[in-house]
Amino acid sequence: MPILVKRLLAALVIILLLITINQYMSVDGLFGFGVPPYYARLIVLTGINIILAVSLNLITGFTGQFSIGHAGFMAVGAYSSAYLTVYYAGAWEQSLAGMLGASFAHVLIFFLAILVGSLVAAIAGLIVGIPSLRLRGDYLAIVTLGFAEIIRVVILNIDQVGGATGFTVPAYTNFLWVGAFAVITIVIVYNIVHSDVGRALISIREDELAAEAMGINTVRYKVLAFVISSAMAGMAGVLFGHYTSFLSTNDFQFIRSFEIIIMIVLGGMGSMTGAILGAVVITFLPELLRMLGPKLESLLSSIVGAENIPVPVHNFLLQLANYRLVIFAALLIVIMLTRPQGILGTREFGLSWLKRSRRPPEGDKPVGESVTTGDAERGSTTDSKNEVDDK
Amino acid sequence: MDTFVQQIINGLTVGAIYALIALGYTMVYGILRLINFAHGDIYMVGAFVGYFLAFQLGFATGPSLLGLTVVLVGSMVAAALVGMAIERFAYRPIRKYARMTTLITAIGVSLLIENVFVAQLGAAPRAFPQLLQEQSYTLFGNAAISKSQILIFAVSIFLMLLLQWIIFKTKVGTAMRAVSFNLSSAKLMGVNTDVIISVTFALGSALAAAAGVLTAQYNPQIDPLMGIMTGLKAFVAAVLGGIGNIPGAVLGGLLIGIAETFVVGYGQNIGIPTTFRDAVAFAILILVLLFRPTGLLGSTVQEKV
Repeated sequence: MPILVKRLLAALVIILLLITINQYMSVDGLFGFGVPPYYARLIVLTGINIILAVSLNLITGFTGQFSIGHAGFMAVGAYSSAYLTVYYAGAWEQSLAGMLGASFAHVLIFFLAILVGSLVAAIAGLIVGIPSLRLRGDYLAIVTLGFAEIIRVVILNIDQVGGATGFTVPAYTNFLWVGAFAVITIVIVYNIVHSDVGRALISIREDELAAEAMGINTVRYKVLAFVISSAMAGMAGVLFGHYTSFLSTNDFQFIRSFEIIIMIVLGGMGSMTGAILGAVVITFLPELLRMLGPKLESLLSSIVGAENIPVPVHNFLLQLANYRLVIFAALLIVIMLTRPQGILGTREFGLSWLKRSRRPPEGDKPVGESVTTGDAERGSTTDSKNEVDDK
Repeated sequence: MDTFVQQIINGLTVGAIYALIALGYTMVYGILRLINFAHGDIYMVGAFVGYFLAFQLGFATGPSLLGLTVVLVGSMVAAALVGMAIERFAYRPIRKYARMTTLITAIGVSLLIENVFVAQLGAAPRAFPQLLQEQSYTLFGNAAISKSQILIFAVSIFLMLLLQWIIFKTKVGTAMRAVSFNLSSAKLMGVNTDVIISVTFALGSALAAAAGVLTAQYNPQIDPLMGIMTGLKAFVAAVLGGIGNIPGAVLGGLLIGIAETFVVGYGQNIGIPTTFRDAVAFAILILVLLFRPTGLLGSTVQEKV
């Protein structure tokens, strides 16, 4: 089969799959089966987090540039598109509906909003990226964090988008939008990483000086990756804002950027599937921990009987939900202590991975392993060769 | 002119607090190249230990110098122990791993401390007991300085001088400087690096706890999340002054404190809303780093292949 036909077929399958899943994302669903709203919401938020994690992985995982400002670009995308949909979309939609039909006009307007949100976030990424990407390591991290905080405070002071009281936004997003754009993000980042640009980006991650010596315009590539990554974060912001239909600058504090970093580090930096896995785990884990107490309680009572559960155990299980964030943080530390390269390392999860894991461990030395040890040696010495840059 | 002097005094008060916290960031970074995100939470822990000490030991009933001293020293000791425990159980096992791993662990520790406190004590702010008879002294003109401000200046200057003495005049301090210069060489020279790193965490945490108790005297409201923003700004102060550089951390802290107070005091005259208070630290940081990538007093290190 020609490769084009193969790809078209794959695209068709994915589209059909997304449309089918979308039907289940309501209480009625298809054939009487549906996902409860609570889970539907979690699944949509997972999709948005996948976009954020995969896009951050491009700049942090593959290019090795440490950014803690992703939430800022997300906010730029969310607020700029919301400005459009709140003040202009209604009128445009009405005038377009006559020509194209109401539902098509609706789709077109939201598509435009996503485009605008991504574009504005990309411009913000360019403005932030050009000066800051001259810095390296922790300095870059703290500057991106600073920019994100400044963006947040600036938005907080624009009265047209609600300021401190928050901004009510029409709800356009559903699972289909999020799923489609998550797939688009993954395909774009995959293609970038496997192109000559991707080679250049990875060489910058491995050794920036050597890459420069090989004739790679490191600043240009870093800014390119940063801008693409910001645009995708903006896209995620548009989807997020039009899903929750209420925007508050508190949603875009630096803790949000941390969350995205945790996703990619947990999944394994520089691994596409790792970023996706990390996004799923980080979105679901706190919610699963919330349910842990009651579930254990009912399990216990079915074994020993509800009246036989000792009171302290009963109280402990009831209060477990309050401690879910404590457990979450503790788990995070334990995972980092036991598996510092993340769940997948730089490997990709797939069919070939399953085959490879059956081999004896000696043969199972993926390329990424050596990278991790290299980093470790660098971290253990205090020779600040790679720490500080002042050219 | 009077308001200007007043703003400077208020700015220096806030700045001294930032400086005390920034010292811990800068010492740990100087030795381990680790951004210890949990440091802001140690500041919070210090304030809460002070709060409980004051109530448990019966000093909450009225102002007393003895109570203040006991609470201050007690919380410093407790925070030093917490800092050493964090280093021993969270940071030491991962010291040799990649930077990103240590950073995520630091964020994890920070989240853990915050959430343990929120789960145990609730997120609502608590009123810190007054341990100092508040009184205001008029300086030249109409500028005034309160007793708690004098306390902040006196204690922070004393602690900074003490730190300077420890680092430059004692054996431990010499070892600390050696470790921050080159960890593996220091080890080869017979320095017990584990102990020195532990001492560094203890010193930094004690300073942060002192900052916590002092802030609680100046602004008697404490809550489990108070360390997030303050800690972040203190870190910015450390980077601004040149991370790893001790006088730099103090300079950065004072600068940010003054800048923040000025934004609140004068910003509206030139069209800057007071909410920019939280952004001004970052704006200064970005401007400085673009022109001096290693901070104001940071040494420049040439990159070698």
